[in-house]
Amino acid sequence: MNAVVLRTVTRSMTPVLLQLSLVLLVRGHNAPGGGFVGGLMTSAALILYLFAYDVQTVRRLVRVPPVRLMALGVLVVLGSASLPLVTGKPFLRAAWTEVSLPWGETLSLGTPMLFDVGVYLVVVGATLGFIFALEEGEAPQGGGKEDL
Amino acid sequence: MALLAILLSSLVTAALAPLVVRVSRRGASFSLSLVPLSLTVWLASLVPEALSGTPPSFHVPWVPELGVALSLRADGLSLLMALLITGMGTLIVLYAGAYLQDSPRLGSFLGWLLLFMASMLGLVLADNALFLFACWELTTVSSFFLIGHDSEKEDARQAALRALMVTALGGQALLLGLLLMGWVAGTLTLSEMHTAGPALREGPLSLAILLLVLGGAFTKSAQVPFHFWLPSAMAAPTPASAYLHAATMVKAGVYLLARLSPVLGGTPAWKAALVTVGLVTMVGGALLSFGHTDLKRVLAYATVSVLGTLVLLLGLGTPGAAQALGVFLTAHALYKGALFLVAGAVDHSAGTRELPRLGGLRKAMPFTASAAGLAALSMAGLPPLFGFIGKELVYGASRHAPGGWGLAVGTGLGFALLVGTAARVGLSPFLGPRSEAGRDVHEASPVLWGPPLALAVCGGVLGLAPGWAGPLLAGAARAISGPEGEHLELTLWHGLTPELGWSAASLALGGAVYALREPLRRTLAALRMDRWGPSHLYTLSLSGLRRLADFVTGRLQNGSLYRYTFITVTAVAGLLALPLVLRMGIPEGMKRTLHLHEAAVLALLVLATGLAVKTRSVLTALMALSVVGLTESFVYVLLGAPDLALTQVVVQTLTVILFALIFSRFPVQPSGGRSRLRDAALSLTAGGLISWALLHASAAPPQTRLAEAYTARSASEAHGRNVVNTILVDFRALDTMGETTVLATASLGVYLLFRPSRRRRQA
Repeated sequence: MNAVVLRTVTRSMTPVLLQLSLVLLVRGHNAPGGGFVGGLMTSAALILYLFAYDVQTVRRLVRVPPVRLMALGVLVVLGSASLPLVTGKPFLRAAWTEVSLPWGETLSLGTPMLFDVGVYLVVVGATLGFIFALEEGEAPQGGGKEDL
Repeated sequence: MALLAILLSSLVTAALAPLVVRVSRRGASFSLSLVPLSLTVWLASLVPEALSGTPPSFHVPWVPELGVALSLRADGLSLLMALLITGMGTLIVLYAGAYLQDSPRLGSFLGWLLLFMASMLGLVLADNALFLFACWELTTVSSFFLIGHDSEKEDARQAALRALMVTALGGQALLLGLLLMGWVAGTLTLSEMHTAGPALREGPLSLAILLLVLGGAFTKSAQVPFHFWLPSAMAAPTPASAYLHAATMVKAGVYLLARLSPVLGGTPAWKAALVTVGLVTMVGGALLSFGHTDLKRVLAYATVSVLGTLVLLLGLGTPGAAQALGVFLTAHALYKGALFLVAGAVDHSAGTRELPRLGGLRKAMPFTASAAGLAALSMAGLPPLFGFIGKELVYGASRHAPGGWGLAVGTGLGFALLVGTAARVGLSPFLGPRSEAGRDVHEASPVLWGPPLALAVCGGVLGLAPGWAGPLLAGAARAISGPEGEHLELTLWHGLTPELGWSAASLALGGAVYALREPLRRTLAALRMDRWGPSHLYTLSLSGLRRLADFVTGRLQNGSLYRYTFITVTAVAGLLALPLVLRMGIPEGMKRTLHLHEAAVLALLVLATGLAVKTRSVLTALMALSVVGLTESFVYVLLGAPDLALTQVVVQTLTVILFALIFSRFPVQPSGGRSRLRDAALSLTAGGLISWALLHASAAPPQTRLAEAYTARSASEAHGRNVVNTILVDFRALDTMGETTVLATASLGVYLLFRPSRRRRQA
């Protein structure tokens, strides 16, 4: 693989892929897409970048360590599930609100969207975690017997 | 609402603790301790309401169908515990800041400590059995991290695991017990269970319920034979020992039994179990403390003994015993917390906790010495301290119990041993000639002697003016034994009662025990408990378990992917074969014509599969497999499942990348023992069986009721036109939440396996 070609293509492709993944995430409620596939797409875009450059570059690009992304995702999922409790509704009961946009349309926002964002974050964190670990880690040594 | 706010604010503080420490190391513990302090004041303001007929409560249905609710309730008993938790918490957080000043992990320590406080508060305020259980387990988990705080030390890790194993196993028993109780009573709300009391006490399940609940309570409260985790838990930094393993967490089992007394108590089985185990633990724990010379271990065994006393009182179940329980529990928290903190201060200054090496520190550490002296006198039960009132009540309760003489002798013996222990830990390090270790000792910083002194003084004040705590303690007694528990007269001087005689006798005997401490220690050492005690049993079973795991893992998970696949496919085929063999026959297949483009796609599938099987190159096989995957997603498109197709495409892409990475990083060795013939036979069998099952499945009339319901409600109720996604994030969001957690956990596992080892990171 000629690195120059790959890098040139990647530099233009990764932003497009990232935008596409966000589109998938946001539109998931009414059309094919959603947090899971959006997260996978984001990871795929970043992994393409990783192949063209190296782990350090992608780490700098993402800024947040994958494990933290994942923890944040779990927290967002839990938070969106707990939000209804504030208004005295049961856990996980969806709550929706309408926001009027200046150009005359209304946007409906709800806890399920937030939930999807949480799923997205967990998926990105998990897949990037896998790949980073494989890229820079060492093979697991047999037997972690010394501390149990 | 106030109760929920109290819980939430303690949770939030726990989450913020590491950040606060990062911002300012010096001021962190001061500012953090303001939260438990204000919670204490807040809780105290609830006391009048709690003692009225209708205690403050809060209720939010969580999963109404399963009876899970976030219900909180603060009666006298809950509030007494909650005040102990926040009040002690304030002092412990302050103390911990100074004690771990130089530790790089102060932030995480304070975080776990405050998380523990929040979960313990939840435990004592819970009015729903499942919520109580969740908090119960959270205290176990935070205790694990606090004991294992010095994770570089082998024995800290071992001790943390030991406490976790014992208490978590007990927790599983408790969960079963609570669920059975809920099933029999028809409610999981604790305050409503007493209406089903007769059924719970005498029904066919009553013995199972009792044993399971006791399993939870006895492990948590370190009763014999589960007591051994508590002394090893002393590997924790001292603030955690004082807080969790003396004042609060180990009382959780006692609290639970007290809470369930009105529901389960009073039966012969209950009395027999609690009185026997309590008495054995009380005397045994106090006796065993003489076999040790480490200050903290001695204190731990003394704690075990006191926990036994509390369980014994619950077994008696009389109003008098319920009164004694509240008073003695409070007195113990105050003096034992103080003594632990003293042990920490002495350790900090003298650099050792070995009793034989400590002596004559009173001049060097006057404040610490006075805190220790006061607390030890309360422990020995001398007037005018609160411990004396508690002890008198305990004697009274055991004397009035049926079969009282044997009990009274037993409790007297236990207390006499505790008097000796009190002299060992509270007096001997400070009196007498100055020892070698104390040569150049200085008084610790005020933050290290202030909290223990405050606790010890509290014990003195409550002894002199017991009326302050009287109403609350009476309320606690009422929660345990009904209205008769209310008439609680707390006074220092009862006149010349038999109890006073017992006290005097046990003091004298305690003095004798103290004088004989050295021969006692030798006798106990000669018994070689470490060779046959429950602790050794635990070690044996753990190593046995590990050997078994090694064997099984060696057999099943030898690292050969080929073997994993083989086993998995065989298992699937075997499971499928069963029902298919049971109902033989070719199903009524689907009758539909195959379009040309569908046929083409299928042909591509078969070709790619053939290539994957035939090729000798790993990379070609991988590419062929990805063609299979992509073609599959095309099939999904044809059948009208765009979401599925989309996900399949991306997953396939990532899978190929993962495999390529693994192949480039680890050499691929052809695993031995393969035979192409056997593989082919297995694959064809499994594939055939799956096709057969699919034909059967598609022949059955489709169940559309659910699908129609989802489709109909997707836009109107879930605000979304993509049914797949509304099912995922709304209708069945709980499943998705579970999946998310699974994914996160699995990837954490990978991350930890591949993480460069600590040695390499420091290099």
